[in-house]
Amino acid sequence: MPLKLIDANNLKKSFGNFVAVDNIDLAVNRGEVVGFLGPNGAGKSTTMKMLTGFLEPDSGDILINNIDLKSYPLEAKQFIGYLPEGAPSYSDMEVSEFLSFVGKMRGINNKNILNRRLDDMANQINLKDVWNRPIETLSKGFKRRVGIAQALIHDPDILILDEPTDGLDPNQKHEMRDLIKNISKNKAIVISTHILEEVEAVCSRAVIIANGKLLANEKPVNLGNNLKQKSMLCILLSNKINSTISKEIKANLNYKNVEIQSVSNTSGKILMQGDEKSLDLNKIIAQLKKQKLHVVEAYFIKPTLDEIFRKITQGE
Amino acid sequence: MNTYFNKTYIIFDRELRGYFRTPLASIFLLVFLALSSGMTFFLGRFFERDQADLIAFFSWHPWLFLILMPAIGMRLWAEERRSGTIELLITLPVTNTQLVVGKFLASWVFTLIALVLSMPIWITVNYLGDPDNNVILISYIGSWLMAGAFLALTSCLSTLTKNQVIAFIISSISGFVLIMAGFSLILSAVRSWAPVWITETISSMSFLSHFSRIQMGVFDLNSLIFFLSMIILCLWINIQLVQIKKAD
Repeated sequence: MPLKLIDANNLKKSFGNFVAVDNIDLAVNRGEVVGFLGPNGAGKSTTMKMLTGFLEPDSGDILINNIDLKSYPLEAKQFIGYLPEGAPSYSDMEVSEFLSFVGKMRGINNKNILNRRLDDMANQINLKDVWNRPIETLSKGFKRRVGIAQALIHDPDILILDEPTDGLDPNQKHEMRDLIKNISKNKAIVISTHILEEVEAVCSRAVIIANGKLLANEKPVNLGNNLKQKSMLCILLSNKINSTISKEIKANLNYKNVEIQSVSNTSGKILMQGDEKSLDLNKIIAQLKKQKLHVVEAYFIKPTLDEIFRKITQGE
Repeated sequence: MNTYFNKTYIIFDRELRGYFRTPLASIFLLVFLALSSGMTFFLGRFFERDQADLIAFFSWHPWLFLILMPAIGMRLWAEERRSGTIELLITLPVTNTQLVVGKFLASWVFTLIALVLSMPIWITVNYLGDPDNNVILISYIGSWLMAGAFLALTSCLSTLTKNQVIAFIISSISGFVLIMAGFSLILSAVRSWAPVWITETISSMSFLSHFSRIQMGVFDLNSLIFFLSMIILCLWINIQLVQIKKAD
């Protein structure tokens, strides 16, 4: 069994003069959950539409489980489960009817197997309560779950989910993330989102695209390091800091990028770039005590994925 | 091969059940039966004619279908595009041909149901007199084929828009042009500038003249082939349009 379930190279897609996707490479292995991040209109959905065979790329090729999607679309599509943006479904059908329709179209011809898969979906995705209700009468959360169920009905190796948690309440989001984590062990999953905490919660890799270009492709924890986005140490003091003390502290601490602010007559603030490893907190506090300064609070500020995202996509 | 037809059948099955899932099916069937018999008895003067045939019934079909077939077919692709389910369909392991044919067949079989339900009028004419049932059978077949041509045209045009009402209007207008193609009104407008062969081609496209021949009980192979080719041509264009318009 090949490890790379999705292998896309040099994907390009333009609509008229607008270049939606510009030379994107993407490989996803079994067991990986790749988070697709990017501002609206960055090319996330277009890329996903190409990976699922809905759109044909202008150039570049896509291998699905080693099968060329362009030459053998029917064979390749069998390995994919897809939740399109907005989770479209036939609103006049009942949940069970709709899932059984997709199951049959996905090639589950054996009635027993189909029924077993339908039972699995009802239990796994918690659809039992709405099983025989028309989809148009369901809440947004349930509609989204029906969309996930139709993508999973044939137990595909590859799962492509376009904004699976969009419009869900916090509990439902949590459930959806748990579900994705649970099924991720032997599948290759691509999810797009603009909720960054989601990427930290479920993804083993984050891919950031903006203006159709791939800007980052690594583990969520590594994103910040590579951007030289250092964390900061912030120390709050209950003393006023005058300029002589300030100069002395700077001289004695011997760290780069130290910023000392006098906030008011009874408080001051020291900011220095660095993390737990590069800064010796004990030494710093000892030094401050020597100056008769009283430390009220000391904490590290880590760059959030939000800031990193903004930095990357806006080129700050 | 088996799975090929199997997929087409699954699409067909879903679509045909779709008609009965909403009140649309019963409304349509009621309207069809009410209008077709109303026209037969009042406009067609079924009794005054004092003839044991169903010409009064069938001669109104082109005009009925002009409105009713776009009503059945308008949602076929426009609705898929509006709701985004077209994305779901195209990413299934199925070809566009299977999708187009499956959907078309569902709408066509639905009109077959409507025609079958009009059988009481055939029973009535047999009770009252001694009609030529061969002529009636041929007329039924011709009527169904003409309905198919209207439906294929509507299915094809419904791919162009996400709005069912627009799909309905453009299908009715196109259908009207095809019905009228044999009339001197249209022909004289063309004859003044176009070469003869164009005028003749247009006149030979007339739904009305083809159907009236069938209706007289002439088993006119040309006319049957005409309607069948019309269906195949429209569906072929439909398949290309799905490919072109799917992501718009």
